[in-house]
Amino acid sequence: MIVSIASGKGGTGKTTVAVNLALSLGDVQLLDCDVEEPNVHLLLHPKIIEEKSVYVSTPQVNEELCDHCGKCSEFCEFNALFGTPEKVLFFPELCHSCGGCMFVCPKDAITEKNVEIGAVKRGVAESVELVYGELNVGEPMSVPVIKDVKKQIKSSKTVIIDSPPGASCPVIESVYGSDYCLLVSEPTPFGLHDLKIMVQVLEELNIPFGVIINRAGIGDKKIYYYCEEKGIPILLEIPFQRKIAVLYSSGIPFVVEMPEWKRKFQLLMDDIKERMKN
Amino acid sequence: MEEKVSVTHGRHKGAYEKLKQIAVVSGKGGTGKTTITASFAVLAHDTVIADCDVDAPDLHMLLHPQTMKTQEFKGSKLAVIDRTKCTECGLCQNSCRFDAISESVEIDPFSCEGCGVCVIVCPEEAISLKERISGYAFISKTKYGSMSHARLNPGESNSGKLVTLVRHNARQIAEEENRDLILIDGPPGIGCPVIASVTGVDAGLVVTEPTMSGIHDLNRALQLLKHFNILPLVCINQYDINKENTEILVKFCEKNKLEVAGKIPFDPTVTEAMVAGKTVVEHSPENIVSQEIEATWKIVLSALNRK
Repeated sequence: MIVSIASGKGGTGKTTVAVNLALSLGDVQLLDCDVEEPNVHLLLHPKIIEEKSVYVSTPQVNEELCDHCGKCSEFCEFNALFGTPEKVLFFPELCHSCGGCMFVCPKDAITEKNVEIGAVKRGVAESVELVYGELNVGEPMSVPVIKDVKKQIKSSKTVIIDSPPGASCPVIESVYGSDYCLLVSEPTPFGLHDLKIMVQVLEELNIPFGVIINRAGIGDKKIYYYCEEKGIPILLEIPFQRKIAVLYSSGIPFVVEMPEWKRKFQLLMDDIKERMKN
Repeated sequence: MEEKVSVTHGRHKGAYEKLKQIAVVSGKGGTGKTTITASFAVLAHDTVIADCDVDAPDLHMLLHPQTMKTQEFKGSKLAVIDRTKCTECGLCQNSCRFDAISESVEIDPFSCEGCGVCVIVCPEEAISLKERISGYAFISKTKYGSMSHARLNPGESNSGKLVTLVRHNARQIAEEENRDLILIDGPPGIGCPVIASVTGVDAGLVVTEPTMSGIHDLNRALQLLKHFNILPLVCINQYDINKENTEILVKFCEKNKLEVAGKIPFDPTVTEAMVAGKTVVEHSPENIVSQEIEATWKIVLSALNRK
């Protein structure tokens, strides 16, 4: 079973929920798909057992074979190739690695080379297997790194996926194919606004979901009214407590210091499984 | 003719010879970018405001823009199969690198990147690319100046392109209205929408928090600014949540010769202001948070002035 964790707004507690849920359940695989800013390893301190580079293929134009017909730049939907009469200019940051330019070149002047854009690391912490990706700084495309992280999914296990913030392609890539999604929000106008955006995304993707309210007690009650009106279950509330905030700031998952919360996370998982049956 | 320079804010209309742009970014989400940017918009007087977090824009909830102009954003295309021509040969499926075509030759709109490879490999010419509306860009008025913002449709790709449109619109407004400063609220992360938000800006204010994640993400955000040769400034929000980590952040900045433009304490007033739909500097001008944001703004301006 794959449970993903998303939020829309950043900093609502996705990673906190992912890590504490994983530690409470034990024997799970935890995937950190926030490859722009992976943080799970800062809380879990895993022993890294494997590291693999992530590559994308980008075109290479052999100027000796190229007759500057311009078909490649005409084809490229992303404007990554720009043909001039003397030279084909290539803008790697715009390339989606679709391979189309190679197809259309009548002179076979285009080949591909692999460019490293990030890495996937695999490690263990207690009974949790952690897989996380890291996009190289300056690289724009995070999706290929997320794809490589997700290739490590072991379907025999319970898999927890921590997603990046936002609601565009990297988030879709992260939550895609999950059986259930936990939306972590906070009871503030920003939290609610961005939660609504993610609700739309999940409805379109047809992934069942429930809400976890973090920092319960701050802000206002509108998120509760919204969930009630939409029939969205609120599965857990994590109160706003200085102790939890301080533990997070020091890189300590709060179930370690507050073990009574382990039971709550276990019950949360039971609740999700029960809902999946219906 | 010399205009009177406001002592509080150190700038006046036409203060800069050329347009300056400052982006508020963070790496980690939820560190307070929008709270701080909204207050800066109030303090700046007549700046052009650009909300470049197009996935999850929140700035409008504090600045209440009145939309003057809406533009459709056609950021991507989608492959469409004409079933009457398709022979289900499977060539398109084999050629698609995004796994967007299923065994039964159905296009998955969430995976399709609109590259057009399927179009050229199809022997029956059964596939075409259709433009899709991926979002909207807005040009609006606020009490504090004109605002360029946008909304990406949920789940869409190409947010970087929409950010580029928001910035293009902001520059155009600045030119038309003869403004000399654009204030940018950036998205979290370091990927394509962030790169689109910071390219060509004069300074980037990285808002961080004294947590292990905050320290880690600050480092990556700073590397990104360095990569694009942008003057970095640092603001530590909720610095009193963990003073030891704040000390680590301050030492890190000293060592790397980075200017700490501000240290803002945790205060529930920030959430109260948000619930009231107001910027914190207007909601509680006497509050310590408002005063620290104002002090931060002065430092940001003097850094911009030195550039």
